[in-house]
Amino acid sequence: MDALTTPLLTGSATGAILLMAALGLTLTFGQMGVINMAHGEFLMAGAYATYLTQQVISGSGLSVLVAIPVAFLVTGLLGLLLEMSTIRWMYRRPLDTLLVTVGVSLVLQQLARDLFGAQGDPVTPPSWMRGSIEVAGYAWPHRQLFTIVLALAAVALLHAGLKRTSFGRRVRATVQNRELAETLGVTTRAVDRSTFFIGSGLAGVGGVAISLISGTNPTLGTTYIIPAFLVVVAGGVGQVKGTVIAAFAIGIATAFLTDWTSGSMAQVISFIAVVLFLQIRPQGLFTVRTRALA
Amino acid sequence: MTTDSGAISDVAETSTPMSRAWRDPRFSPANLFRSYGGLIAIALLAYALLVWAPGELTPFRLGNLGKYCCWAIAAVGIGLAWGRGGMLVMGQGVFFGLGGYIMAMHMKLEATGPGEVPDFMSLYGDGTMPFWWEPFRNGAFTMVAIIVLPALISFLLGYAILKRGVKGAYFAILTQALAVAFSTLLIATIKQTGGFNGLNSFSSFFGQKLNKSTKQDIYLMAAGALIICLLIVWQLYRSRFGELLVATRDAEARVRFLGYDPANTKLIAFVLAAVMASVGGALFTPLVGIISPSNVDAAASIMLLAGVALGGRSTLMGPALGAIAVGYGQSTLSETYPTSWTYFQGALFIVVMLFLPGGLASLWTKLKGLMPTRSPLDRRPVSAALAVGAEAAK
Repeated sequence: MDALTTPLLTGSATGAILLMAALGLTLTFGQMGVINMAHGEFLMAGAYATYLTQQVISGSGLSVLVAIPVAFLVTGLLGLLLEMSTIRWMYRRPLDTLLVTVGVSLVLQQLARDLFGAQGDPVTPPSWMRGSIEVAGYAWPHRQLFTIVLALAAVALLHAGLKRTSFGRRVRATVQNRELAETLGVTTRAVDRSTFFIGSGLAGVGGVAISLISGTNPTLGTTYIIPAFLVVVAGGVGQVKGTVIAAFAIGIATAFLTDWTSGSMAQVISFIAVVLFLQIRPQGLFTVRTRALA
Repeated sequence: MTTDSGAISDVAETSTPMSRAWRDPRFSPANLFRSYGGLIAIALLAYALLVWAPGELTPFRLGNLGKYCCWAIAAVGIGLAWGRGGMLVMGQGVFFGLGGYIMAMHMKLEATGPGEVPDFMSLYGDGTMPFWWEPFRNGAFTMVAIIVLPALISFLLGYAILKRGVKGAYFAILTQALAVAFSTLLIATIKQTGGFNGLNSFSSFFGQKLNKSTKQDIYLMAAGALIICLLIVWQLYRSRFGELLVATRDAEARVRFLGYDPANTKLIAFVLAAVMASVGGALFTPLVGIISPSNVDAAASIMLLAGVALGGRSTLMGPALGAIAVGYGQSTLSETYPTSWTYFQGALFIVVMLFLPGGLASLWTKLKGLMPTRSPLDRRPVSAALAVGAEAAK
């Protein structure tokens, strides 16, 4: 039983982190066709924001809770800055955007290395997060549970925001048909900017969860960006539902594979699995039906 | 009678091949330059690399130049796949590494001696050699494998990805994921591939002791391979295949409607790029004396892209020259200012992609675009322009 529950539970936590990383990606990718390779560094920025928040209000068990909005704002503003300074000039060139953001990610990584040192700093989880609960014979750390709750809350908020608010309606209209949305009076530029802000901010919240599990690190972004992209590719671009399923599927599958083989083999196998999956569904799990040429 | 003589002289004129060739706009100097200018550029580079550099540079610098040439070989392939084919290959380090590791395995076995097992295997493992190392004792097998193995792997992968219509950003992400998977796999299999340390401490190269003159020979091979790759690409670009590749990049749907399968065209370019990267890697190993995961991971793959982007991805010489420039920049800048190189590399991507997506090669046309130009009408002979004017006046 233990061999089954342990990977399942730790895998769900990994999946939750992947989910938070991939949500922002799928949002910006789906809406603007922009691949933000600096998204991983936004996760890193969120982790450092948590670390700094804890430096300011240390001792208080609340620091992590305060860090969530702080990280959201910090990385959201970073994303907004990126959008307004570079990405908006190249919406028609998605592959070039990809490389520009690669450059941005290199710069941000080195910046973190120069500002905080190459070693990385620990983030101490508050006391209420240190324990663990017993699930089918496995002591499940509260941290992992917290990560999953955080991710599900983020998804629920995002989903509600997209479905229920007028802003969400504008976003969906822009995703489905930009020109038509524009003719109906949607300022798509403003929608783009807000989406980028929210998508980047979500990465910051993901960074909070990561910092609780592995602390901060200048190379933190590079470890998560590719799995997060695989989640986006497998889940279908711009699809919240697909992203949720793909994130947990990849997270749990990787945990099981790590258990059976090794961490690196698991990575290789999950890559092959995604390539094979694309043979069956080249557009990912869920797709928006369009009449565009495939 | 006068009209007759005129007719005769006309015939005489057109029947002289020389004068016809001279009048034919296809053979005008400008057009000849357009067709064969690439060859001149390749010849100049060949002279610089094969004649000038060995005489002028110290062995150390020559070795470094050889290293840049290896990157340039891979870059030429990237230019083909990305610049002309529109496939952003972000994982060429994998194929570079395949070639590099294949060569390293052979050289390692040569250094170890027949029947012996490489030192790191007994250091980290139980001292037995994996069965798939055995064939690489054979030099001929190694050389064939350097070409065939990456071709096979890139074909299978490309077939799986491209035939299903996966393209654009998806393709780029998948190739980068491949690079990440490859380097993690290498690091994890320390008993079989040397892990994080990679493979090093070689003593000979196909029976030749690795001394100064052998190293110069390897340099010449690297430079020669670069020239050959450039010639191949030059011929491809002016061939029907080259046209098709560019057409696929610019309007894939239209190419499909014309009855071609764009996936096949792209697949050929992808496989060629992989083989070129592998050849570059295979020559990199003996020149540098080590191949390790850090030479082949995602970061290394991205560095290869930097040169291609800088030089001009869709040009003939741009990728090669850009890769040499970036390689030179990396070794000089990273020696003096280790941290600033990363900033520089990042800034290079941002600036080039934002302001100069065609690379330095497009700088000239960009500048020319700033100059006032005459309208096409003005370029005609005055009489023709007058005739048009008269026509318009009617």
